[in-house]
Amino acid sequence: MAETKRRGPHGPGGHGGPGRGFQKPKDTRKTIGTLMGYIGRSKWLLLLVAVCLVLNTVCSIGGSYMLRPLIDDCIVPGDYPRLARTLVFMACIYICAALLSYTYSRIMVRVSQKATHAIRRDLFAKMQNLPLSYFDTHTHGELMSRYTNDIDTLTEILQNGMISLVSGVLTFVGVVAMMLYLSPILFLVTVFSLGLMLVVIMTVGKRSRRYFMAQQKDLGEVNGYIEEMIEGQKVIKVFNHESKARAGFQERNVRYRRSATNAQSFAGAMMPAMGNISHINYALTCCVGALLSIAFGLDLGSLVVYLQYTRQVSQPISQVSQQVNSILAAIAGAERVFEVMETPPEVDEGRTTLVHVTRAAGGSLTEAAGRSDGWAWKKPDGELVPLRGDVRFQDVVFRYVPEKTILHGISLYAKPGQKIAFVGSTGAGKTTITNLINRFYEIESGLITYDGIDVRDIRKESLRRSLGIVLQDTHLFTGTIADNIRYGKLDATDEEVRAAARLANADTFISHLPDGYDTWITDDGGSLSQGERQLLAIARAAVADPPVLILDEATSSIDTRTERLIEKGMDSLMADRTVFVIAHRLSTVRNSKAIMVLEQGEIIERGDHDDLIAQGGKYYQLYTGQAELS
Amino acid sequence: MMKKLWPYTRGYRKWILFGVLCSASEAVFELLLPLVMADIVDTGIPSGDTGYILARGALMVLMALVSMSLGIGSAVFSSRAGQGFGANLRQAQYDHIQDFSFRNIEKFSTASLVTRLTNDCNMLQMSLMMGMRLLVRAPVMLVSALVLAVSISLKLSRVFLVAMPLLLVLIGLIVKHVSPMFSSLQERTDDVNLAVQENLSGIRVVKSFVREDYEEEKFRKRNDALRSTSERAFGFVVMNMPIMMLVTYGTIIAVMWYGAPLVQAGELEVGLLSTFFTYITQVLMSLIMVSMIMMMITRAIACAKRVAEVLDEVPDITDASASPGVTVADGSVDFDHVSFKYNDGSEKWNLRDIDLHIKSGMTVGVIGGTGSAKSTLVQLIPRLYEAQEGTVRVGGRPVQDYTMEHLRDAVSMVLQKNTLFSGTIRENLLWGDENASDADIEAACEAACAAEFIHRMPEGYDTDLGQGGVNVSGGQKQRLCIARAILKKPRVLILDDSTSAVDTATDAKIRAAFRTQLPDTTKIIIAQRIISVMDADLIVVMDDGRVADAGTHEELMETSEIYRDVYQSQQEGASIDG
Repeated sequence: MAETKRRGPHGPGGHGGPGRGFQKPKDTRKTIGTLMGYIGRSKWLLLLVAVCLVLNTVCSIGGSYMLRPLIDDCIVPGDYPRLARTLVFMACIYICAALLSYTYSRIMVRVSQKATHAIRRDLFAKMQNLPLSYFDTHTHGELMSRYTNDIDTLTEILQNGMISLVSGVLTFVGVVAMMLYLSPILFLVTVFSLGLMLVVIMTVGKRSRRYFMAQQKDLGEVNGYIEEMIEGQKVIKVFNHESKARAGFQERNVRYRRSATNAQSFAGAMMPAMGNISHINYALTCCVGALLSIAFGLDLGSLVVYLQYTRQVSQPISQVSQQVNSILAAIAGAERVFEVMETPPEVDEGRTTLVHVTRAAGGSLTEAAGRSDGWAWKKPDGELVPLRGDVRFQDVVFRYVPEKTILHGISLYAKPGQKIAFVGSTGAGKTTITNLINRFYEIESGLITYDGIDVRDIRKESLRRSLGIVLQDTHLFTGTIADNIRYGKLDATDEEVRAAARLANADTFISHLPDGYDTWITDDGGSLSQGERQLLAIARAAVADPPVLILDEATSSIDTRTERLIEKGMDSLMADRTVFVIAHRLSTVRNSKAIMVLEQGEIIERGDHDDLIAQGGKYYQLYTGQAELS
Repeated sequence: MMKKLWPYTRGYRKWILFGVLCSASEAVFELLLPLVMADIVDTGIPSGDTGYILARGALMVLMALVSMSLGIGSAVFSSRAGQGFGANLRQAQYDHIQDFSFRNIEKFSTASLVTRLTNDCNMLQMSLMMGMRLLVRAPVMLVSALVLAVSISLKLSRVFLVAMPLLLVLIGLIVKHVSPMFSSLQERTDDVNLAVQENLSGIRVVKSFVREDYEEEKFRKRNDALRSTSERAFGFVVMNMPIMMLVTYGTIIAVMWYGAPLVQAGELEVGLLSTFFTYITQVLMSLIMVSMIMMMITRAIACAKRVAEVLDEVPDITDASASPGVTVADGSVDFDHVSFKYNDGSEKWNLRDIDLHIKSGMTVGVIGGTGSAKSTLVQLIPRLYEAQEGTVRVGGRPVQDYTMEHLRDAVSMVLQKNTLFSGTIRENLLWGDENASDADIEAACEAACAAEFIHRMPEGYDTDLGQGGVNVSGGQKQRLCIARAILKKPRVLILDDSTSAVDTATDAKIRAAFRTQLPDTTKIIIAQRIISVMDADLIVVMDDGRVADAGTHEELMETSEIYRDVYQSQQEGASIDG
């Protein structure tokens, strides 16, 4: 029965929980290109950032260099006026540096927030345009983690990572230049230790990455286990499975602890390793510098400055080496986000739209400015065709996945105002037919027309607005009960909401809730029963007041007694509309104008109740209990 | 808060100690290096003593190597301690959740429990790890650098009297301003995520009602709010660095101004002056580091609070009054004037004065409208909830007399919202009885009418179900859940509308199998369809939390208006499954 739950293949790896494996980007250049498109929208700000960065680097390198004249020309000779002048100059340089640093950091916050805001916005908008088949093949967790993990990492990198990367490179270049200028011989020492650092980064980094991947895998398993088990916690309790669940968790928890300890040890060792290589470099420079000073008279100021630079030169290297992993991760994340954005959207090239019309005495139609009682299709050439609710299928063939044909050449027609029912086993294709009417999926061949217009020529938005659907799996949004009913018609008045609820017989249970219509619903209405949720869904469709109604097992979780109570409401809801009904209770479909019995994607019988009974076929057997559907 | 979590460092405390010692000594070694350098500049160079210079240089290299080993040690030990602590904490929470009653679980939502077990625990283990590396290092660095600075020149060290309080006040101001911003940032993030999540799960509704624009608008508001909040918060955070720079360089300039006369007077060597600069940077940098740790701790405390909430939650159903040896003697179930409500504070009772007596081996049907509390009624039997008034007895004894293990072994329940776990069909069935033989499994599946479709699967009982049982249909899932429950060989078997996705014929077959295969088991069946319960020994008609009527089908047709009503409504058309 639960055809709406039909999902495409969920690969075991399809689950995108918090701990996905470490992935490298596939097409770095393209991703960076797209990313640049987002950041590039603030190109003047970025230019300003670049200028600030360069100036800031010049300032900080220059500031250190000022030590040389300070020591050699002011402090050692004791020239106080000159000392005062130089110090004021230095102070100015440093104030500039601080201001510049604040400016570019602050701008980057703005740029990155703006970019990720835009990415989130576009991703969400894109999500609204994706065809349903996309949601069948991708888990919610997977799409959620685009927002939570991927965009978050990206923000972090844009805000801090990029800056420290660029400023690292700039500082490195600047410092190296100054070092060469101060003493090319001392620079040889520096080259030696920089080489040593690179070797360490390569070797340690490689192993560290391997451990890191193992850690991510185990983390994913722990998180997956937690999600699944907490989800099924009630079943665990019913089956006394607590100690098993504990043991199962412990096993994964311990494995994660081990691999994470390894990964974190290596990652953590990187910093002291780099730091102390830089100290060794410092010591060597100091010795060599001292010897140079004795042998070739290298001035004291230069040596002190050079030593300062020695501290500065290794910083960018360890900084960059630490950032590489997160930058790669961020790019891989961005790539996944852009992949979603590049998915082809739902096809929607129809140009016929749904409009309100008023009918003149002579029967001619005029488009109405506001709401009116009449509806019509407005064709691209301006012709108005009254909406009547005439739906026809001609030889429709459809499959969700290429391997399996669901509908084999279905033909059917629903005349305006008719109630059409579908009966058949799970997988017979009942829900599929309704999914095709509102074009949730595209058909393979054949034709579906609506009041004589090919549905593909109708704008999707108009098509769906003309159809009200009550799905079997009711979904409720966080908000009040009234908000949820109003979802059918956003500008519905309180009275309209109440009337709809009364029609669906939901009014009774709503008034029993602590805050009535203002009761706040969270967690997809978890506190309400299936039946109550279905009543709300019916109320939601009722308030929308659509010309055509599709009820997909709309009353399956409502007990028969309540169903009888809402029968009158349903009758008035269905009056003068074309209605498609899918139900597993024959009582629900009996008074339909036409009943289609579906089997394996084909209509095997059609007619009204009496016809079908008279035919003595499958329906007759079902009705008299001689046959069962599975 | 930290005190509360301290016990979970058990088994890793020695690593904490070692780690702390390592990072503290590493900091000291790092600070001694510039002193040796000053020796080279001030003693080595003027005297031209090459041997002295080389000796000091070698000492520096040695010290750097020692410091490196200490640093690596600190990394390794802190990783061990941090990950160990995290693992302990996760396990403790997870174990504790196993003791939760349904009500405890509902108090936290599933999603929030998952977050507490995953993100919050990770944040805490990260905090301990980083804390060990930095929290120790920073104060040691601070103090030693100060001591060394003073030893170089007491006079010059007076600059710290101005610089340090200044920096602290400035940082304090920022932190004070920023921390509330971060909590509202978290709220904004949650808002955005909630919007996405609801949109995803309701995408069919969104599309059917053409509410894409409305949803985008809803998202836009939250997205905008998130952006402006983050911009404000991070806009403040980035002030840290420039302020630190200003104070540091200001201090250096002051030291030069005041230091120059000292150098002139021969009280201070140039090399030591340069070493002094290094210490200034170190002292102020340590202060910044402390402030960063403070921010991390603020965030960690929020996580710790959430974790502690789980750990502190008192399971409201326990074995406290149970006698361990007592097992369920038979399948009789009695409700003695039982009343129950989900919410203690609520005025409305969900079940009112239920007085119902079921003999062992009976088949009992429960019928009633949506919201009539059918499920609530049966959930009291395995003590998934605790009645506030009256007594629920199983096998003649109050349910509180049994340990939950014994009670729930004897009372098997198929929940309405049921779950299968990833793994094979067999693995899932073994939940009922881990020692079940293949014959037992086959028999249970036969009774639940699951055997036929399992045999049709290429891998039979070894078919992988995928997470949440995505690889089987709704009806198949229900039958597997029934088989799993039967395998327990319970005294009482409860089916809470568990055949709703199963067609009538199969439903009838399952019921027939119950009669022949489980004659001594009490069977309580909640159903929508009267045909499912018509032949029961006792049919209970629930209405608005009360037992409206009870009796056999024939009796109820005579006496119960509600029952007749339902019966007639269902007679108008046979029910099929489609």
